Amino acid sequence: MASARQTIVDPAARFETRAATREAPWVKWTLIVIALSFFALFLLMPLAAVFAEALRKGWAAYFAALVEPDALAAIRLTLVAAGIAVPLNLVFGVAAAWAIAKFEFRGKHFLITLIDLPFSVSPVVAGLVFVLMFGAHGWFGAWLNAHDIKIIFAVPGIVLATVFVTFPFVARELIPLMQAQGREEEEAAIVLGANGWRTFWHVTLPNIRWGLLYGIILCNARAMGEFGAVSVVSGHIRGETNTMPLQVEILYNEYQFAAAFAVASLLALLALATLGIKTWVERRAGRASRTIQDDASS
Amino acid sequence: MSIQVRNIAKRFGGFIALDDVTLDFPSGELVALLGPSGCGKTTLLRIIAGLERADGGQVLLEGEDASAKHVRERQVGFVFQHYALFRHMSVFDNVAFGIRMKPRAQRPPEQAIRAKVRRLLELVQLAWLADRFPSQLSGGQRQRIALARALAVEPRVLLLDEPFGALDAKVRKELRRWLRQLHDELHITSIFVTHDQEEALEVADRVVLMNRGRVEQTGAPEEVYRQPATPFVYGFLGAVNLFHGRVDGEGVRVGDDLLPHPAQEGGLSEGAQVMAFARPYELDIVPDDGPGGGITAKVSRMLSFGVTARIELDGDDGQRFEVELTRERVAALGLAAGQTVRLAPSNLRVFEYEEGAGI
Repeated sequence: MASARQTIVDPAARFETRAATREAPWVKWTLIVIALSFFALFLLMPLAAVFAEALRKGWAAYFAALVEPDALAAIRLTLVAAGIAVPLNLVFGVAAAWAIAKFEFRGKHFLITLIDLPFSVSPVVAGLVFVLMFGAHGWFGAWLNAHDIKIIFAVPGIVLATVFVTFPFVARELIPLMQAQGREEEEAAIVLGANGWRTFWHVTLPNIRWGLLYGIILCNARAMGEFGAVSVVSGHIRGETNTMPLQVEILYNEYQFAAAFAVASLLALLALATLGIKTWVERRAGRASRTIQDDASS
Repeated sequence: MSIQVRNIAKRFGGFIALDDVTLDFPSGELVALLGPSGCGKTTLLRIIAGLERADGGQVLLEGEDASAKHVRERQVGFVFQHYALFRHMSVFDNVAFGIRMKPRAQRPPEQAIRAKVRRLLELVQLAWLADRFPSQLSGGQRQRIALARALAVEPRVLLLDEPFGALDAKVRKELRRWLRQLHDELHITSIFVTHDQEEALEVADRVVLMNRGRVEQTGAPEEVYRQPATPFVYGFLGAVNLFHGRVDGEGVRVGDDLLPHPAQEGGLSEGAQVMAFARPYELDIVPDDGPGGGITAKVSRMLSFGVTARIELDGDDGQRFEVELTRERVAALGLAAGQTVRLAPSNLRVFEYEEGAGI
């Protein structure tokens, strides 16, 4: 097993050092230069620009822009929306992945396709759907109005749109993982007398924890960064229905560049943190999946 | 605990996995369910465990209908082909799992659990691996841990699904012997599924042969090997020579040759199409001189590196035969490759022809 792990570590290095498989140096360097310059031009420079613009008027102005009441309200709303959408989709994602991976039922393929719907439909359309259903002139508009419930141009609408858009992340991550793991360990747990809940808690969950965490991180990043769907249902009421991405747009349109970039820099930091955690999780998950392969191969 | 299954039927879509299976597993015996893949043996085992539902029929555990009982309440130990150890738990925690899952009222204190797990690990001779994780063990070690884990809940029955199927030949042989010893110590009613006839004959007290969802024969290993009840069993257990022919007066006519056999006494009518079986050691070779009983064949190869010599022969229509003789007999006959001889069975079993049966 140890030797198997070593061969996994660096196939690229071996490939390169062998005379039989080595490429000419110019091929190698051309590829590296292309990749790196592309990366610098399209990824690194914009990122640097965000922070440079945000700090153009100094740290004092930067922090002032962040603690401004409307900005704080936007941050709070973004946290609320993500705080509701992520747990909801966590529960849904685990349930859907479990159903698909462990049971046979009619409509299974339909469900798998449906889970991907939010990925394939434009976020603007997703937002419009909610307006159509819950807006003042929508299907349930009159009823909602009569009962004094506000969904569109209010917080519930933003949460709904966020939930819809981030729907697939956890489920998509877990389905292939749970399918690969099969049912045997859970059957073993049940035969040994564990009930359904304890089987899930002691056997299923530990096996999927890294995939689950990975899905949650991606789901959270999207929930906080979503613009299109939320923009349609929000109504852009300052201090009330603006999330961080919407706040950035408003500030930018009002030529408050430093303030706009200050809020944007928070989103950029969130992205960097997400990447960092994602890399760490991937490394852990990679280690876990390698032991699965070892199990299967021995 | 005794197990009985009554008229068990199970389908998967259009495929009939089990077709009206009725069997008795007496208390304390080690029984092998033997058959080719897809014969329903694993399905039957899973139905007994409760991991699969039968479409019809009953499972009786100690005379009590368990069909409605949940897996958890059946008190069975199950060992999976691919071990199914909990990969994120240490060996110790794996073995302790079943005890820790007991309801609080029945759960022994942690110290008692530790002592018990230790005892079990010593029973499977792997106490020194307690802190390792499953991925750090060899296949044979994993399967022994899986067995210890199954025994931890003091099951009334032990069910093993191809327990050695994923192991290499040498380890398989060791574990086989070890399982037999363990059973002789514990005397727990055990059923194990295998497609390996050698394994079944060597380990089990009794062998149940299955084919296409039906039971073909049950009996002691010696009995099913010596007296196969059906063409399938003949073909599945050990090497065998098959002759296709018709009942003809005093014997079975195969092509132009006649094999003497009292086939008509066995209730077969004149002219009926039959299959006749003889083991390699039940055939003798006689020189091909003049008329007489036996099948004409040509010696193609002689292998004599054991106590006995194995002779491979080609029949007239390209059929291959295998004969086992003592080396003295081979020397007396003065056999050589290419020589034409006759095969005379000392024991011949004749069955009415069945489409696609056995071989």
